[in-house]
Amino acid sequence: MARDMSDKEILKMELDQLKVEVNTPRIAVSTTAPEIIAFVEGLSAEDPLVKGVPEDKNPFKEKGGCIIT
Amino acid sequence: MGEMEQMKKEAEALKTQIEAARKAVHDTDMASAAAGVAPAPQVQLKTRKTLKGHLAKIYAMHWSTDNRLMVSASQDGKLLIWDSHSGNKVNAVPLKSSWVMTCAYAPSGNLVASGGLDNMCTVYNLKTPVIKTVKELDAHTGYLSCARFLSDTEILTSSGDTTCALWDLETGKQKTVFLNHVGDCMCLSLSPDMNSFVSGACDSLAKLWDVRDGQCKQTFQGHTSDINAISFIPSGNAIITGSDDCTCKMYDIRADQEVICYQDAALNSGVTSLALSTSGRLIFAGYDDFNCNIWDSLKGEKVGVLSGHDNRVSCTGVPEDGMCVCTGSWDSFLKIWN
Repeated sequence: MARDMSDKEILKMELDQLKVEVNTPRIAVSTTAPEIIAFVEGLSAEDPLVKGVPEDKNPFKEKGGCIIT
Repeated sequence: MGEMEQMKKEAEALKTQIEAARKAVHDTDMASAAAGVAPAPQVQLKTRKTLKGHLAKIYAMHWSTDNRLMVSASQDGKLLIWDSHSGNKVNAVPLKSSWVMTCAYAPSGNLVASGGLDNMCTVYNLKTPVIKTVKELDAHTGYLSCARFLSDTEILTSSGDTTCALWDLETGKQKTVFLNHVGDCMCLSLSPDMNSFVSGACDSLAKLWDVRDGQCKQTFQGHTSDINAISFIPSGNAIITGSDDCTCKMYDIRADQEVICYQDAALNSGVTSLALSTSGRLIFAGYDDFNCNIWDSLKGEKVGVLSGHDNRVSCTGVPEDGMCVCTGSWDSFLKIWN
């Protein structure tokens, strides 16, 4: 746990991590963002909280009252 | 002393290199890339159910994968299992320690887990004739802030001892310890493919981990205070975080950086919790100011508010089918909205 570690051990841990992360491949946001957008938009049409839940299909709707057939 | 100075210099040089590499790929941001996207409609959700039963602050809730049952945890010393359709309590699990901070439902529906200031994660079997404690996972040296089942045999935990851990539920032992944060770990979220997870901590960092090899793969900076809430978006390519600095952020995993910040000058309360709608378009973020604000994840605009609690919103959750959002509060109530 970081609490049991000396300042030197913590610094070494941070340094080792930076040595790993400096090599992380990074892709342009102009490429990655549109893919995220396309994925989200693709699902939004069917997202119940975006398009709304019809009253008759709402399982959380308060039941009760009279039904006249 | 000389050695530490040397290490600090090396670290600073690497940080500068990393910042430069991030900047080099920052040729746009999410809001700009989403300029052509139609705004999300203003979202007006109604409270459909108010679940009353806890006698003290609610700290956590988690939906079952059946989209109907959910578990909530309160410092009244109980886990309650609710049928959200009827509003009825299905089960009550008395806790050995009332200082609970987290609860979780296993994907199978067979198990639930809880933990908190007892530093332990306790796992209960809901399917035995009487609910039984099946394991007490005892190895963390700090509070249990979050737990999430991968299956009936594995669970991930995050702790105030600055580590996260993967446990084998058959042996009750830690299989892997994830050590890299230097502040209390407050939250975690499993990736959709379950091969990685992200953690948020009081060191203001979010970290991405490989579940199997225990390595920290990436670190996301930008927040200026504790990260209390975190979630992958459904595609697994980005994460959303919520912080005591009053903002939420989206970090793009493949660009290795923040791409949008959800903030409002009028908001000066910390974010306690967050949940996403099924597409990831809407972010439901609970705040200390008793509200849950709804953000358009792509455009960064606030599109609605859930007001109705009389105290801090401590937890939020959207079931897998996305048919509602549940908020839990220090006012002891849970509300279901859609």
